[in-house]
Amino acid sequence: MKSLKAQHSFLAEAHQQLEIIEHGQSGDFALVPFQQKLEQSGLYPLTPTQVEIFQVNIGKMCNQTCRHCHVDAGPDRNEIMTRETMQQCINVLQKNPQLKVVDLTGGAPEMNPNFRWFVEALKKLHKQVIVRCNLTIILANKKYYDLPEFYKMHDIEVVSSLPFYTQDRTDRQRGNGVFDDSIKALQMLNKVGYGMEGTGLILNLVYNPAGAFLPPSQLSLQKEYKLSLIRQYGIEFNNLFAITNLPISRFLDYLLQSGNYESYMEKLVNAYNPVAAANVMCRNTISIGWDGYLYDCDFNQMLELKLSGESKHIKDFDIAALNKRNIIIGQHCYGCTAGAGSSCGGSVT
Amino acid sequence: MNNQYYNPEDLKKFGNISDFQKNLGEKFFAYYGEVFKDSELSAREKSLIALAVAHAVQCPYCIDAYSSDAFEKGWSEGQMMEAVHVACAIRGGASLVHGVQMMNKVKEIAM
Ligand code: SF4
Ligand code: SF4
Repeated sequence: MKSLKAQHSFLAEAHQQLEIIEHGQSGDFALVPFQQKLEQSGLYPLTPTQVEIFQVNIGKMCNQTCRHCHVDAGPDRNEIMTRETMQQCINVLQKNPQLKVVDLTGGAPEMNPNFRWFVEALKKLHKQVIVRCNLTIILANKKYYDLPEFYKMHDIEVVSSLPFYTQDRTDRQRGNGVFDDSIKALQMLNKVGYGMEGTGLILNLVYNPAGAFLPPSQLSLQKEYKLSLIRQYGIEFNNLFAITNLPISRFLDYLLQSGNYESYMEKLVNAYNPVAAANVMCRNTISIGWDGYLYDCDFNQMLELKLSGESKHIKDFDIAALNKRNIIIGQHCYGCTAGAGSSCGGSVT
Repeated sequence: MNNQYYNPEDLKKFGNISDFQKNLGEKFFAYYGEVFKDSELSAREKSLIALAVAHAVQCPYCIDAYSSDAFEKGWSEGQMMEAVHVACAIRGGASLVHGVQMMNKVKEIAM
């Protein structure tokens, strides 16, 4: 499968996606504006509580081409963060001790040639580092086989997508053979101590629905995952994060192609939860794009909704200004506030 | 009035049942909510039972709701179809077992 960009799909353009998200495919699909919901909840304008998490998207290149990917990542994407931009991130992190957590995402972040150098520099600053590892990258090439050891050496927290504990649902979303390779990679991570009691090496898994529906209760699902993975494959992990798919990029494409777009959006709106809205991740996270631009979150980044205000790029990073900014919202935000809510760390309620 | 008895949009109005009789409606929905909570059986298991019963009672609203709910809760297509077969087997068996009555009657009157 190719990325939307390589297919020259109109959805590869962020403004086209926004047009659909705001007005539907027909142009007259009107849902309650997200702003109105926030106003009713006393949360508009949406502002940060305090920026603490520094999430860096170090590139769109990926060894997979998952059908739901909001990044439109894939092997054909070559947008990659340069070492120079990484250095600018390091400078900012050094100056701002309140930014305690660095969350590395992509694409497959490990495919950036400066990935290991960046991780080592971040650990020298004593930051808590999270890597969003897609699992199959560990087996994709010999040069990645030692990733579990590398993560362990630097006490990296690993967060990995495993959309389901059965092969069928996983492969339908992520591609043929992904489930088997993911299982092997999880076993490799367990072997060095990840997810195992008493090691302190954290391995969290991510569930996202393989279709146009919302995630079930995170806790019940975690029980099912634990039972099934240990019984069938002897795999252990720490926590499961249940994440809702947002109507962006390839998931938006899937919704439109399958005729589920309108009903999915209605589902999200009907499941609006004001408690989840108060806890959306953009309130404590800042997202940095591969080219150094700043965004409220990885979703706004993919929709190219650049920050308002003076601090727009990593070179102009100003934490005080960022803490005072208004977060840019849109109809896609309903994906973060449905049911138990959704963030990069799973449910928020 | 619609020109059809069943309309998928009506499922969304289920909660409005209380508009005509608040007390009983609210009691029903409170009970309903309680029934489907995780308890001795998990909410996930109950969802699959509900799917089978929905087929047994042939309620299109319930089939719509519990097909989504059971799939969301992680049951596979194969497992869901087996649940429908359970409903079918019980319904079929319920007819067939009455064949014994028929046999009894025939034996009673036949020479
Ligand atoms: S969802 Fe993750 S693993 Fe899949 S294509 Fe996107 S970035 Fe790659
Ligand atoms: S999509 Fe981004 S901006 Fe909108 S609520 Fe979610 S995290 Fe916040």
